[in-house]
Amino acid sequence: MHGLINRSIQNFICDTYGEHIWKTTAADAGIAPEDFEPMLLYEDAVTQRMVDSACRLLGRRRADLLEDLGTFLVTDPSRPALRRLLRFGGRNFLCFLYSLDDLDDRLRIPLADLVVPRLALGQVAAGVYTLEVAPGLPGFGHVLVGLLRAMADDFGALITPHCHELGSGRAALRIELHENRFAEARRFTLAAAR
Amino acid sequence: MSAQSLAAPTRITLEAALLDWLMPMHLWLDGKGRIRRSGATLTRLCDGTAPLGRHFSEVVEVRRPHSVSEIAELMSLDGCGMRLVLREHRDIALRGVVGLLPEGEGVLVNLALGMSGVEAAARAGLTMTDFAPTDQSVDLLYLIEANARVTAAWKEMSIRQRAARLAAEEQAFTDTLTGLKNRRALEAVMDRVTAPERPAPFAVMHVDLDYFKAVNDSLGHAAGDHVLHQVAHILRQETRSGDFVARLGGDEFVVVLRDCGDRALVERIAGRILERLESPLRFDGQECRISASIGSTLSSHYRRLQSSRLLGDADRALYRSKHQGRGRHTIFQPET
Repeated sequence: MHGLINRSIQNFICDTYGEHIWKTTAADAGIAPEDFEPMLLYEDAVTQRMVDSACRLLGRRRADLLEDLGTFLVTDPSRPALRRLLRFGGRNFLCFLYSLDDLDDRLRIPLADLVVPRLALGQVAAGVYTLEVAPGLPGFGHVLVGLLRAMADDFGALITPHCHELGSGRAALRIELHENRFAEARRFTLAAAR
Repeated sequence: MSAQSLAAPTRITLEAALLDWLMPMHLWLDGKGRIRRSGATLTRLCDGTAPLGRHFSEVVEVRRPHSVSEIAELMSLDGCGMRLVLREHRDIALRGVVGLLPEGEGVLVNLALGMSGVEAAARAGLTMTDFAPTDQSVDLLYLIEANARVTAAWKEMSIRQRAARLAAEEQAFTDTLTGLKNRRALEAVMDRVTAPERPAPFAVMHVDLDYFKAVNDSLGHAAGDHVLHQVAHILRQETRSGDFVARLGGDEFVVVLRDCGDRALVERIAGRILERLESPLRFDGQECRISASIGSTLSSHYRRLQSSRLLGDADRALYRSKHQGRGRHTIFQPET
């Protein structure tokens, strides 16, 4: 698993629940106490153990914790990178949804060894979309629910996303887009602040 | 249907709004090179005012294939790629292509942001809607930003690793009990001071505590450790800031006095150390009496400097001090 993913989970637990919860989680999951290095690769099993331990310690459902993680990834004000990079996907939420088909490729260009499952967007009715999540990263569907909800907020759109896990790491999301322009989008400049 | 009607038409008519949508960075020039129309995005880059009626050479500076100031020269570049900049925003690098319109209609110049122009244009305030959806400038901006983030992450990791290595090295050269340098550090320092062809003079002083074992045996290891701390403190105080003090283990210490070719100075420093160590140290209300024996040698005694030889000679001088009744200092005398 890419260290960036593990480190994001570490940051999420640390910032949301406190350092002591992170330390207990790491100890419970048998993870070395050092911080995850975002640019190194780790064994896949480490990630799942870490999520399982956090759920157990916090008494939270895995789906809920992962959704919160997804929201954290794009709303944490001290780490604006992912939100910005996702905003490059389109000028409004719908364009952004269409860009999700390329998400894995877009992530792989700067980070060649970052493997995220391929996503395939489909439309089942007016304003109702499906997003198929290929296997490879169990729980990723739930993370996407939180992430999409936060990105919709960012674009000023109104959605209700649901995730159905299909086993062996696959998932299918159903996204109801109620309003593409519900509110003013958050400001996004093409040039990053320096 | 006849074959002729199947053939692609050779002429199309575009509404200006569609032209704007397809080529938001176009310039439409008349036969004299004056701007008749400019695409909305180009207008934004010209600080919001369409440069209508101005001569193209006042607005853009063609640099490649060569500089161009007349409309006839520009027209001769029909179908050829150009590199140019905006005169009022020279950091915005552009690429362009010239297309001749039908007789009397003038010239169409379509521009796009060059590799280095994309960031400058973004800084000048362009947004995603300023680019045609087919234009990959926005993707280029994504890549530039993603790449910068990843590079920064690698750099941060290198800095962390460097700090960790320095800390580990520092630890590896430190005697953890007293905070003085250790034997490895001494070897490194001896290599350094003996290496130059014309080394600065220095002295090596070997200090060994007397009666330390008695303190350890009668008052315990905590008392022994306390004494070693105190000795380290005294050695640091009685030497100069550029001097080097190491504990080799047990109750054995080595001092390297830098820029010291003077016997009297060595004697003085050794005398001060002996004096301080003779006065009783206190631990937990108890008195610990120790003293020290010291042996020294000076680099000026040697024609060729060899670290092991200097350390050996200082050691021999130290044993002389021990044999002569402890609590004293001996300087090694080379045989003449």
